[in-house]
Amino acid sequence: MSELIPPHSRRKSKYAPRKAPDTRLATSAMIASLDAEGRETIAAPFGHALAELAQTRDDIVGLSADLSKYTDLHVFAHAHPDRFYQMGMAEQVMVSAAAGLAREGFTPFATTYAVFAARRAYDFICMAIAEENLPVKICCALPGLTTGYGPSHQATEDLAIMRGMPNLTVLDPCDAIDTMQATHAIADHPGPVYMRLLRGQVPNVLGEYDYQFKLGKAQMIHDGADVLFIASGFMTMRVLDAAKALARDGISCAVLHSPTIKPLDAETITREARKGGRLVVTAENHSVTGGLGEAVAATLMRAGVHVPFRQIGLPDEFLDAGALPTLHQQYGLTVDAVCASVKDWLSQ
Amino acid sequence: MTETPQSNLPNVSLAQRAWAIRRNALLMGEVQGQGYIGQALGAADVLAVSYFHALNYRPQDPEWEGRDRFYLSIGHYAIALYAALMEAGILPEDEIGTYGMDDSRMPMSGMAAYTPGMEITGGSLGHGLGIAVGAAMGLKRKDNPAFIYNMMSDGELGEGSTWEAVMSAVQWRLDNLICIVDFNDQQADGKTTDALASGPQAPQWEAFGWHAQEVDGNDLDALTAAFDKARALTDPKPRLIICRTQMCKGVPFLEAREMAHFVRVEPEEWSKALQILDEGKPT
Repeated sequence: MSELIPPHSRRKSKYAPRKAPDTRLATSAMIASLDAEGRETIAAPFGHALAELAQTRDDIVGLSADLSKYTDLHVFAHAHPDRFYQMGMAEQVMVSAAAGLAREGFTPFATTYAVFAARRAYDFICMAIAEENLPVKICCALPGLTTGYGPSHQATEDLAIMRGMPNLTVLDPCDAIDTMQATHAIADHPGPVYMRLLRGQVPNVLGEYDYQFKLGKAQMIHDGADVLFIASGFMTMRVLDAAKALARDGISCAVLHSPTIKPLDAETITREARKGGRLVVTAENHSVTGGLGEAVAATLMRAGVHVPFRQIGLPDEFLDAGALPTLHQQYGLTVDAVCASVKDWLSQ
Repeated sequence: MTETPQSNLPNVSLAQRAWAIRRNALLMGEVQGQGYIGQALGAADVLAVSYFHALNYRPQDPEWEGRDRFYLSIGHYAIALYAALMEAGILPEDEIGTYGMDDSRMPMSGMAAYTPGMEITGGSLGHGLGIAVGAAMGLKRKDNPAFIYNMMSDGELGEGSTWEAVMSAVQWRLDNLICIVDFNDQQADGKTTDALASGPQAPQWEAFGWHAQEVDGNDLDALTAAFDKARALTDPKPRLIICRTQMCKGVPFLEAREMAHFVRVEPEEWSKALQILDEGKPT
């Protein structure tokens, strides 16, 4: 008989024992705000947009698996209590029931954390909703690295999972404006949608640009000559800031915002990349495996566009717990880290 | 001369309907030389009572808003439901020879996009009851008095999602939801009760807050009474009917075969089974 592995040998901490530090950077839990310092913010953009939409759309109903307060759906629930279904901690039946409501003519918005929709409820989203192309909108908080809780709550692979599902439209909006406009747009879309949510006090970044969310469209927010950023989610905020910082060093960056991950706007992305002379850099709050970056790469390869290409994203590993600023620095998502990466790549 | 479809014939007994469902299923099994014929023969009586006693529907308008919805969670029972839909006049009987063929409206696993009268895409087990919960909520929102029937297998009792739906149906007081469990005690690897669902089922569902009945699923009178009771209850509870069925019911030499999820039928045995069934045709 072969020797058994001692049960405790795998449980050793990766860190040595230590005392409490003098300066405390606490674990970022169910993060409410992101990049909010010094910016205008809008409270609960998804919840308010949905509540407003429901005033004119009797078909809209909301469901939550015990996370209405943490997805901003509570704003809708408060405004339209008779149209809110608290399904309890049961993502599988929440998603299935949303399918049943859609079968009867309603437009359900089902909310939970991205990890629980993508990992736990996948088969139900796939077979009860997507296979029949039902108009259920699955809107999920804590996308990518927006909590310091560790892998149980960090949806670093949700886009990869959801991209694989036929019929499903997959969205990763940037800010409060994007989220509100996307909420209206997906309600009008006849098929199923998976949308990532930023919640709480969400920055208004795109408001200063001439921007209007369009489902299925990537849009040039800021043009430039040396680098073409193609970004989604809050990484669009970061690369817009990075573009400003890099401009001070004489590096001109374009920012193409692609909140629709699937179907990807291949036409715009290919057209912009084909212009040439620019380093193409994708930036996403997601694993480098299977998200926006690889979708863009495949699109360019299929179109025969051969350009220098780099990815900014999370590594293909289970991430650490801790404070978000620390983690974003560690994994290269901060503005400084983006700038450093771009300079490094341009000097190669 | 046009023959009157069986579905339009008056005074056809439930026994005759069940017989016709078995016969349609055997004909489809013969077409493919395979199929879940054991389940179809076992569930024929439940389907006869469903479609010819309990359900409210219009054969020429399967999407009629006022219809009772019949969800087949168990996609592999499609052969049985097609047989019933043909007998009900929702599917034309002359398509029987297309069962499971390329481009057929009757694929081997039931899917909503293929077949009139097939309400949901089943097959990924443990889905039907949850979808039924949402549809029952939706009917209540619309003040539509129709019922949702969800037909599932005993094997699906092992899926955690079933129990999420069981609790949810009680929470939302879904008295318009009737769940039918075909309890034939067979799943892919053997007996269901040897695998997971060995507990007393009706008391378990009752403990969750359902109204539960357990009947002989091959006894038409018992089934009729159970469906009547489930529909007539005034308690604001979801309703369960556990139907204890015998796989291969109605064809004794198959009934006597060692039971399995996928009952093996030799090529020459299909016609033998049909002959035996025909000899026992109820009058």
